[in-house]
Amino acid sequence: MRISELAPLLGLEVAQGEYSDRALSSGYASDLLSDVMANAKADGVLVTVQAHKNAIAVASLVGLAAIIVCNSRPMPEDMLEAAKAEGVALFRSAQSAFEISGRLWAALHRP
Amino acid sequence: MYMMSSLPISPDSGSQAVLEILYRLKVRDVMSSPVITAEPGDAMREVQYRMRDNDITGVPIVEGGRLVGLVSMGLVIEALDAGRIGQKAGELMTRTVISLEDDMPLSFATTYFNRYKYRRFPVLDRDGSLVGIVCASDIIRALLVAMNKEVERLEEKLAVAAPAAEAVPDGQIRLSFQVSRFDFEHAGTASAEFKKALKGLGIEAGIVRRAAIASYELELNEVIHSEGGAISLAAGDGRIEIVAEDRGPGIPNVESAMTEGFSTANEWIRSLGFGAGMGLPNTRRVSDDFEIDSGPGRGTRVRVAIRY
Repeated sequence: MRISELAPLLGLEVAQGEYSDRALSSGYASDLLSDVMANAKADGVLVTVQAHKNAIAVASLVGLAAIIVCNSRPMPEDMLEAAKAEGVALFRSAQSAFEISGRLWAALHRP
Repeated sequence: MYMMSSLPISPDSGSQAVLEILYRLKVRDVMSSPVITAEPGDAMREVQYRMRDNDITGVPIVEGGRLVGLVSMGLVIEALDAGRIGQKAGELMTRTVISLEDDMPLSFATTYFNRYKYRRFPVLDRDGSLVGIVCASDIIRALLVAMNKEVERLEEKLAVAAPAAEAVPDGQIRLSFQVSRFDFEHAGTASAEFKKALKGLGIEAGIVRRAAIASYELELNEVIHSEGGAISLAAGDGRIEIVAEDRGPGIPNVESAMTEGFSTANEWIRSLGFGAGMGLPNTRRVSDDFEIDSGPGRGTRVRVAIRY
């Protein structure tokens, strides 16, 4: 599954769409940035409610491909700018992290 | 257009000295206290009198010590226009009030003024009780006092010459960054530069990731817990060394701090996704060598090494 397939599949709003499209390695759900640092995989997608610039810094350091912000959390302008500068795809969903993770897991594990 | 409520200063721009002030001062250092308030049952007329008698333009509405709304001068004028000045404040007040916490650094207050176009922000303590109010002039006054002191200090320091930069041989890296307390705007900058430099040396991705984790955790520890410090990277000859050294206050119990899940971070830091008590344990896990030296009343120095 590729980054560009996330939005149509999960009904996500594209908040920052400037990225180089590539295959997703995995998914990770967490709101603790240290936990994301330690356990998220490169080219993975992060499911979180942390809508601020520091989430982008962590994504960039770990090499995450995309972030899905859940529960319609508003994203500040500086977060969008940071994501654009780092080429991290940023999506927003009205659904909870539980719902998005469930559907994402199914999509990533589809044979 | 010139906005009365915006402040021409933000953590995204400005000199290092001014940024230091924005992170060092807390909202409680600049807020006005006690606050002139009214209750939801008070008439708008009464609120108008309180504004006039105290020369203020906004009155928080409080019920049992809890902030429930706010009446601004604009709302009073609207009430006068509409013949509603006899109505209760609780019926006409704004209910969606953006508030600050007394423990937040001043940078949060300046960001709020520029992000939300309100002229004042009520201040709550960690229990949610109203303890003060901040308007732009409070911030300007506090900044002028602090900046004046800082300029004096810098003038004294000008005489001291900076040390010359050291030449670095090919295939090696020497980088160093200053880290400021509560500077969440730039948190991670040093680690991003370290990562870029290590990649530039052609070091394998898995090793670079371990170094990035160690430096990010140490950098964030300085932002969250220290009074400021520095983080440096040295790489070459198969060895990456990261040293984080701060100016205090020191860790009272290093063994606790090394325990996963132990954290002394406060509520608003946790709300940003930090303070999970994983920083130092994560750092040790990704390092080949790990040394920490700290104690109350002195700084903390962490030195880690990763071989490649």
